[in-house]
Amino acid sequence: MKPLDPRLLRYARSTRAFLVVAVVVGALTAVLVVLQAYALADIVTGTFQHGLDVDALRPTLIALATIVVARAALAFLSDWAAQRSSARAKSQLREGLLAHAVQLGPVRLAQHRTGELATLATRGIDALDAYYARYLPQLVLAVIVPLVVGLTILGLDLLSAVIIAVTLPLIPVFMVLIGMYTSSRVDRQWRTLGLLSGHFLDVVAGLPTLAVFGRAKSQAQSLRKVGEEYRKATMQVLRISFLSSLALELLATLSVALIAVSIGIRLVNGGMDLRVALIVLILAPEAYLPLRMVGAQFHAAAEGLGAAGRVFDVLDEPLPVVGTRTDVPPMLGARFRFEGVSVAYDDDRAPALERASFVIEPGRVTALIGPSGAGKSTVLSVLLGFIAPNEGCVQIESAEGEAGILNTYDPQVWREQVSWVPQSPYLAAGTLADAVRAGMPATDDEVAEALREAGLPIDDAALPFGLATPIGDAGAGLSAGQRRRVALARALLRPAPLVLLDEPSAALDLETEARVVAAVERLRANGCTVVVVAHRPALVAIADVVVELPTVVVEGAVLS
Amino acid sequence: MSTMSPVRRLLHVSRPEWPRLGLAAFLGALAIGCAVALLATSAWLISEASLRPPILTLEVAFVAVRAFGLGRGVFRYSERIVGHDAAFRSLTRLRVLVYERLAQLGPSGVPAFRRGDLLTRLVADVDASQDLPLRVVIPALSALLIGLGSAALAYWLLPAAGIILAIALLIAGVVVPWLTTIAGRRAEQRSAMTRGRLSSEVVEVLVGSGDLLAFGTADAAIDRARETDRELTKLSATSAAASGVASALSVLAIGTAVVTSLLVAIPAVLDGRLPGTALAVIALLPLAASEAVVSMPSAALNLASVRTSAQRVSEVLDAPDVVHAPAVPTPLPTGERSLQLRDVRARWALDGPWTIEGITLDLPPGHRVAIVGPSGAGKSTLASVLLHFLDHEGSATIDGVDLADVSDDDLRSVVSALTQDSHVFDTSVAENLLLAKRDATEDELLAVISAVHLDAWFADLPSGLRTPLGAHGTGMSGGEQQRLALARVLLADRQVVVLDEPTEHLDTATADALTADLLALTQGRTTVFITHRLVGLAEVDEIVVLEAGRIVERGRHTDLVTAGGPYSRALALDLQAGDS
Repeated sequence: MKPLDPRLLRYARSTRAFLVVAVVVGALTAVLVVLQAYALADIVTGTFQHGLDVDALRPTLIALATIVVARAALAFLSDWAAQRSSARAKSQLREGLLAHAVQLGPVRLAQHRTGELATLATRGIDALDAYYARYLPQLVLAVIVPLVVGLTILGLDLLSAVIIAVTLPLIPVFMVLIGMYTSSRVDRQWRTLGLLSGHFLDVVAGLPTLAVFGRAKSQAQSLRKVGEEYRKATMQVLRISFLSSLALELLATLSVALIAVSIGIRLVNGGMDLRVALIVLILAPEAYLPLRMVGAQFHAAAEGLGAAGRVFDVLDEPLPVVGTRTDVPPMLGARFRFEGVSVAYDDDRAPALERASFVIEPGRVTALIGPSGAGKSTVLSVLLGFIAPNEGCVQIESAEGEAGILNTYDPQVWREQVSWVPQSPYLAAGTLADAVRAGMPATDDEVAEALREAGLPIDDAALPFGLATPIGDAGAGLSAGQRRRVALARALLRPAPLVLLDEPSAALDLETEARVVAAVERLRANGCTVVVVAHRPALVAIADVVVELPTVVVEGAVLS
Repeated sequence: MSTMSPVRRLLHVSRPEWPRLGLAAFLGALAIGCAVALLATSAWLISEASLRPPILTLEVAFVAVRAFGLGRGVFRYSERIVGHDAAFRSLTRLRVLVYERLAQLGPSGVPAFRRGDLLTRLVADVDASQDLPLRVVIPALSALLIGLGSAALAYWLLPAAGIILAIALLIAGVVVPWLTTIAGRRAEQRSAMTRGRLSSEVVEVLVGSGDLLAFGTADAAIDRARETDRELTKLSATSAAASGVASALSVLAIGTAVVTSLLVAIPAVLDGRLPGTALAVIALLPLAASEAVVSMPSAALNLASVRTSAQRVSEVLDAPDVVHAPAVPTPLPTGERSLQLRDVRARWALDGPWTIEGITLDLPPGHRVAIVGPSGAGKSTLASVLLHFLDHEGSATIDGVDLADVSDDDLRSVVSALTQDSHVFDTSVAENLLLAKRDATEDELLAVISAVHLDAWFADLPSGLRTPLGAHGTGMSGGEQQRLALARVLLADRQVVVLDEPTEHLDTATADALTADLLALTQGRTTVFITHRLVGLAEVDEIVVLEAGRIVERGRHTDLVTAGGPYSRALALDLQAGDS
């Protein structure tokens, strides 16, 4: 892990301001640490060597109290700024992620396991709090404090300064060396550890299977055995990896001890003043403290940066170049000509669609069939502008004879003429009516009519609150069949000349599919161009043209 | 035991490890103790040295300072080793305990088995429990020991200074963490709604981006999320202030202790109650001892999160039994197996509604019944009853003995099953099969692999039967997984087979091919085939149609088709969709 990921500065701009605050707070803290040492030494020697009482020491005591208050104020400022910056950084990351995600489009986004990404973008990056509140300020302190403290000591006592100057840099060196040695050892054990640590989940997940064969109870013994093996293997690794913090602690405390002994001897010999000795003694541990704290906060910070890193990966993905023309020809009665269209989702995988050439005739139903992976859904993604062909192009020829290449137009504009029923529709949390409207201004009657057509009449007993029936994220509360009917109603409500339907490959329920068939027939009667990805023969049967992918075009219905 | 708080219960589970935990805490206290002693001894040493006594009188102090310098790192290292060892040992104990409880509850007793994410969370919760010893108990005990020790040292030097130090440590080590936790919980409560809303808005954009783009509502959705995010950032301002105040308070407490200790110590030195050489010790002790309490706020936060995990683990440990083992099992007579259900009903919760009711079923030896119906009709509940993973009322007998009176081992030696998602274990092909029959020969294994038509898949495996499968091994498609599970069923060679929606998550073509093989390969066994697809059922002896937990129709395929009831209507839809 890099101590400070430059991408964090780029994508979460509030980090920069926070770094400035952290440096200022760090510098002030370092100065206060030095002043506090001076004040303490003055008070102790004042009473011990010169017999001064509280009254005589009043100014110094007040100064000490002021320093304490100032340090408390800095602690407040540092913590408060960290929390604020963290909240803002998280918010900036999320905003950036959402905007970028939408511009990438669902097809490219799907490479990033979106469900997991959503969790990371909300709960996951909360771990950044630890990074901002504890790690980053300590990192800054680890640079500033040893410098200020070291220079102060240098001005007071050369020998002590030399001890610090020699040991302090050794700490990171040792930690890196030990870390390198450990990581090769840990890597070797990794597979074993992975297997052992996954064993519990494996056995628990397989419990129903074990129970069927009467082996569930006997597994407890094996869990105990594997647990022991895991413990032994992990302890072997830990014995080595804890060495790095052992080195850190040893160097840090041993050097303080050495300094104490050396100034003690020089005091006895009369080569040093008690005030200087006290200042050096108080300051010496402070030089090592921030470095020790950085080490301690490393893991909590790594977790947050790890989550943020996954977000950065998405943000780093270059945006596709999209068309900008807004003069999209009317799609009613338009013909779509696929000419040698190839689509590859990424370079190292086989293309999802290869040199497909076929025509989508206006006002007719085109069924896309073929084995899974043949590129049926990809055709719909191209028509929706979610992905552009790598090779070939899609020609659009309007009824008036206007022609153009689809991808030169702004997809946001051309999508206004397209309606879509996806395989697994996403319905936002809200009411049933909201889900069907999907931003369209439509009256309740129109919504109800669309639902009725889709086979989900709102007086149905399953919808106790009619149009106001609340639905959760991803349509929670609705069955898969109901969700699909809502998606169908949503598509029907939209007066779009091009309608795309993606049939789910796993059969849902038959009545829903019957509704889809009826709806497709009605759409055709209204002059719409319909493209369906069909897995079941029922939809293929009503198609005017069947396109089999990889491309074979069959005119007329195949299964009539 | 169930009256114990979840956290105390976790501690109770790790009771045999208490000596180890205690040792770790003691070592941790020694580590910080070394740091405190190092500073205190050094402070005394240089004060004493400034009086220029013969150097020999300071020899012990010189040695002590060096020893403390060494001790800190060594004790810290030992503490971490002993602590982690104890934590792993407790973790294994808890895992075994949870597993044993899960095994006792059976696959039907825990909702987690019906939802993968809940299962993963349960396992994560169990694993999170190791934070309790490592990040709560050990640091808290160490802090207590060292706090008491430091205060005692100060008290010995000057009683007032001891009391001051104790109060400061109490504020920094107990009050501040307590305030932090409370403030955190308040903030969490206040922002929970906004957080939830933001979370679903983020999910909407990321997961539903296709739908949003297609319907031109993406920008509006992003704006909504941005608005909510702003609100959340605003809400976090209060908790940021609270957290800042907590940090400041802890600095203030220790700093005030330094100043007030000096205020009481200076007159004490002047009137001889305190040796002058101890003044530096009194002044520096609070600074050194503050290290003991520095980790307390994070320990408090860890305790709060362990509490949540422990709560969920407790729920599993306290889950009511859904199936009871017979006190005195009735042995099964030998012979061919027939099952009889007479007016059977069953439910998932003690006071819940009946999921199936009035089920009567006859399965003479070799008889094959298909149970069909829409999802939620109670098909899987019936499977749970037949496998005795769920208690029933009414009579469900095997060879005249009620399922509730048969020992688990006896029942498993007669009935086997294939479920929706058969688990592929993270081990070799051979081990995955052998769990059905421990003493199967290699030839037997190869024979069942071939019987379930996995030959082609098997031929591609890099190391044959020793090839690892599961999470760390070769991936398998859904169809291959179910075939491997069928191979297990064949290997177990039981007289009764329950097939519970074995094709549920497969695509149509794969499902149909598997169904044909399932029915062919289980020929001659008493078979209950539960399915929502009405494909290839012409040859079974009886088809039972369930709806809302009750049998609405039954008979042979040909009779049901002509009867014009629910079966024929569903089948007609099936045919219209061209499914058969």
